[in-house]
Amino acid sequence: MEIATLNLNMLGLLPEIVLLTMACLILVIDAYLPKHQRYLTYQLTQGTLIGTALLIFASFPEQRVLAMNDMFISDPMGAVLKLFIVLMVFFAFIYSREYLRDRNILKGEYFVLGLFAVLGMMIMVSAHSLLTVYLGLELLSLSLYTMIAMHHKSQTASEAAMKYFVLGAIASGMLLYGMSMLYGVTGTLDLTRLAQTINQIANDHTVSVAILEKISEIKNDNIAVIAIGQQITENAGGATAAIAQILSENTDNTAAIAAIKPIIDQTMQSYTILLFGLVFVIIGVAFKLGAVPFHVWIPDVYQGAPTAVTLFIASAPKIAAFAMLMRLLVDGLQGLQVDWQNILILLSILSMATGNIIAIAQTNIKRMLAYSTIAHVGYLMLGVLTGTQEGYAASMFYVVVYALMTLGAFGMIILLSRAGFEADQLDDFKGLNERNSWYAALMLIVMLSMAGMPPMIGFWAKWSVLAQVIDAGFIWLAIVAVMFAIIGAFYYLRIIKLMYFEKAEDKTPIEANIDMRIALSANALIILLLGIMPQTLMVVCLGALGVS
Amino acid sequence: MQNVALIIVLAPLVGAIIAGLFPVSRRFAHRVTISAVGLSFFLSLYVFYQIVFGGHEIFNETLYTWLVAGNISLEIGFMIDSLTALMMVVVTFVSWMVHIYTIGYMRDDPGYQRFFSYINLFTFSMLMLVMSNNFVQLFFGWEAVGLVSYLLIGFWYTRETAIYANLKAFLVNRVGDFGFILGIAAVLMTFNSLSYTEVFGLAQAGNYEQTISIFSGTEWSAMTVICILLFIGAMGKSAQFPLHVWLPDSMEGPTPISALIHAATMVTAGIFMVARMSPLFELSETALSFVLVIGAITAFFMGILAIVQNDIKRVVAYSTLSQLGYMTVALGASAYAAGIFHLMTHAFFKALLFLGAGSVIIAMHHEQDMRKMGGLKKYLPITYWTMLIGSLALIGFPGFAGFFSKDAIIEAAHHAYEAERAGAFFAYYAVLLGVFITALYTFRMFFLTFHGKERMDEHTREHLHETPSVVTGPLIALAIPSIFIGMFTISPLLFGHYFDGAIFVEAAHNAFAGHESHSSVAWMIISFIGHGLLQPPFWLALFGFGTAYYFYMIRPDLPGEIVKNIEVPYKILLDKYGFDRFNDWFFAGGARRVGDKFWKMGDIKTIDGLINGTANTIGWFSSVARNVQTGMLYHYAFAMIIGLAVLLGTFVIL
Repeated sequence: MEIATLNLNMLGLLPEIVLLTMACLILVIDAYLPKHQRYLTYQLTQGTLIGTALLIFASFPEQRVLAMNDMFISDPMGAVLKLFIVLMVFFAFIYSREYLRDRNILKGEYFVLGLFAVLGMMIMVSAHSLLTVYLGLELLSLSLYTMIAMHHKSQTASEAAMKYFVLGAIASGMLLYGMSMLYGVTGTLDLTRLAQTINQIANDHTVSVAILEKISEIKNDNIAVIAIGQQITENAGGATAAIAQILSENTDNTAAIAAIKPIIDQTMQSYTILLFGLVFVIIGVAFKLGAVPFHVWIPDVYQGAPTAVTLFIASAPKIAAFAMLMRLLVDGLQGLQVDWQNILILLSILSMATGNIIAIAQTNIKRMLAYSTIAHVGYLMLGVLTGTQEGYAASMFYVVVYALMTLGAFGMIILLSRAGFEADQLDDFKGLNERNSWYAALMLIVMLSMAGMPPMIGFWAKWSVLAQVIDAGFIWLAIVAVMFAIIGAFYYLRIIKLMYFEKAEDKTPIEANIDMRIALSANALIILLLGIMPQTLMVVCLGALGVS
Repeated sequence: MQNVALIIVLAPLVGAIIAGLFPVSRRFAHRVTISAVGLSFFLSLYVFYQIVFGGHEIFNETLYTWLVAGNISLEIGFMIDSLTALMMVVVTFVSWMVHIYTIGYMRDDPGYQRFFSYINLFTFSMLMLVMSNNFVQLFFGWEAVGLVSYLLIGFWYTRETAIYANLKAFLVNRVGDFGFILGIAAVLMTFNSLSYTEVFGLAQAGNYEQTISIFSGTEWSAMTVICILLFIGAMGKSAQFPLHVWLPDSMEGPTPISALIHAATMVTAGIFMVARMSPLFELSETALSFVLVIGAITAFFMGILAIVQNDIKRVVAYSTLSQLGYMTVALGASAYAAGIFHLMTHAFFKALLFLGAGSVIIAMHHEQDMRKMGGLKKYLPITYWTMLIGSLALIGFPGFAGFFSKDAIIEAAHHAYEAERAGAFFAYYAVLLGVFITALYTFRMFFLTFHGKERMDEHTREHLHETPSVVTGPLIALAIPSIFIGMFTISPLLFGHYFDGAIFVEAAHNAFAGHESHSSVAWMIISFIGHGLLQPPFWLALFGFGTAYYFYMIRPDLPGEIVKNIEVPYKILLDKYGFDRFNDWFFAGGARRVGDKFWKMGDIKTIDGLINGTANTIGWFSSVARNVQTGMLYHYAFAMIIGLAVLLGTFVIL
């Protein structure tokens, strides 16, 4: 690495830099604010988010731009994802404020940690090096652990934080281990160079497998050499080139084969190590996404954490996790697509099955939504596993829609809760229509969308990933996905049944700030409106991935 | 133009949403809905003016694409030509009048806001239907008006008869709609497009697969199949024989609905649709003959039923059936313009008759039986005179609106007969004799209600007085076009070039081609009236009037005597030819018997066994599987390690 020609190109990082500065400033300001002026912290935080969003928008990159000596990339996909992350967090903060105040945990730290989490997510989104991915992930995770634990009087929250922390550490460890293997084989952390090297090794591997086959088939060394010669493509590099070299200088066929063998062994070994690395890396991402069997933390954390924090964890970080999946698997490990496709298919089916089936048995709505998240992650991976730009766009569409719906669902729980009452049981939604028909209608929209009913946007999200899966030739997988979607519809519809067809047990009027009400209504109506005009969002996603 | 069209459509929708979904007061509900429809009406007038007099070219644009799947694109778009503009004005005007009238009619009803929301929604749906530029939106509007009709027939949902009626309407319309959607599917299959302009263009150019093989070995003309299927849809919606059975029962709904939906607008959707599809229908003589015969049966036999009804609204309802039959005959005779012309005049005078009947019903404290009325002339002067105008228009008294349109239809049927179209002979005599029947039942109703002995009880008589101005206002407003609309519009609609570009008629089929005169309009109208006075329809109408006068004014005892002598035919008529009985026994009863079998075999055994079994298994599995989530940290960590091992084992080692 030539440190001498540092290519910083700091302008591309402007949103991140501003965000970092502001987060530090708010931390200091909050410490000196008198108690009755603490609302300033909230306003500054939201202002920072708006500013960040504007900066992202203003510096929207036309194409890939590398910065910080190639550690950082800013491209259209990243910018779009970052915009959505900031937007989701903006909504999440609006929903959280009252909830936190009612429980006496409205502290500046919540917002500061939130901002750091956003920074972490943005770094993940823009990572162009294994190291940057890891740094962003840790910044996000550490912020989240602390946010969950903030409600230190709540035993469940502390327990959730502890579990999340320990399991997160294991997952991080695995991710890091996988990265070290990748580094060990390729000798680089840079994602583009990593991709090139891995492509090389993958090609060599294909050639090697073919050569090995020939050698074992053909006993006569003279003929074998000719057969090997046919396998070698021109202009190949790496091990293939080395084999070609040996063949061209060949005088003795038996000696040549003997000379080729160690090279082939070397290649096969490298490839196996790469696969090891791939599996470990995928586990790291799967943990963050919450794909089965690395989902175990999700139900406990969603249920245990204060709803405001659950809301935060469940929405924007999934977008960041999607970005991480894209950066690692697509940008870095494209050469191993055949292998990771199969892994993702397995994880996806497991997630759809586990999430949708176990959600049925839940009585706690936060827990139910946790399993629903797991199921959604299964659908989300369907698009990525196709390995096409359209597929990635479909997944991106899905993750944004998912975040929007989750935000609405948890927002509704927060709306119904008040000091001393969490509204986290399914029964707390009984007769919501009697109590307030508008909120019931909003929840109806969100639930229908999650179940994937037209004309809500959730339908289009499922439709687009399924369409891509079918295009890629996995019709059976699409059928499996639809079956699980049908099973899943049950528990969403149950909420609707509770709201509209049961008598309310709790008649307390629902109170909320005006900004909360407006935001929540807007949230649900956007779900409906986008469902009527799905093209708008789809065009954005396709454009972000360079498909027109 | 685009924005104006959008406002016309969306204003009633917004009104419906406000009145229906928000807790608004009664007064606000009717204000907002009435202003919405009023706005639509005036903008429709503007559009009408622009299209017809302003020389604005035909507006045809797609505003919104919902989704594209292969070569099918589901779009919303408007096509506004002279036909659409005419329909828009008629629909919004009648709707507006009915809205105002409703204030009086539904004054004490607890579902006041709901009612206004429904009728506003209806106006929206109907406008979507007529303004559509593609088959999908047409179908949307078609279904939407059907839905609102269902909701409104069953508006008083605690009445069992109302629920029976709306279910019946819904089911019968399902039969028609099934044909309709098959027709649309056939259009898509044949032309590979759902846009009007493209389909009509291809059809006229003859650029499509001429035959269609539905069962292997049979080759049918594609156009005939398409047109008959589409017309089956029209038969349901426009209550043509044998799918007419729902319309009389639909009178269970509030009277304004009978006027708006089941007389003036929705039931004419079928007529409008066929006229809109004239470029297709013109290509199939077979389909046109089918239309002609169905229309003639409806026109004649449904008219006869009106003579034996005692419920004032049912008389008007059967009369509507009969008049729809007339319009259908016009379509079958390729005189689409005459059909639409009659549709328009009928919308005005039939809405007037319904609202007049409603006014009588209000005054009689919701008594609908004519045997308990009589002599209402002196109590309800405004209703009396406006009803008289409506009745004269209905029987086709020279100079009144119905005269021109009905004569045009008879003329068209005659032309078709001369052109030797199959079935035209029957159709011509059916519509001709229908004139006598129309006059007979109309004036039977009129005399029974307004003249003769006062047969109501004392209590009712004491409270009899003219209805409030919100009721009589619309009556007067509708009476004016019932007199004049015919004479002012006949010339452009029938003989002029009004429908050029909107309705297509083969030159050989055109009944009015020769009538294009160069004399002044006034002279033409006078000569048309003069000509009419010498023709059989006029004398038949007069004869019908005379018969009614003799039976119900001079010898009111005579009808009873006659009935005694012809008991069997009378019973058949009272039984409405037994259609209801047959349907109830065969279709409803049969469906129930088959359903029962399926329920026992399919539901209890298969579904409960298999599906519920699956559901239960999933539920059970779910409750077991949740136990995996123990809450123990080391279990979780263990699960992850297992996952790692499985992945490594499956994808790396093996």
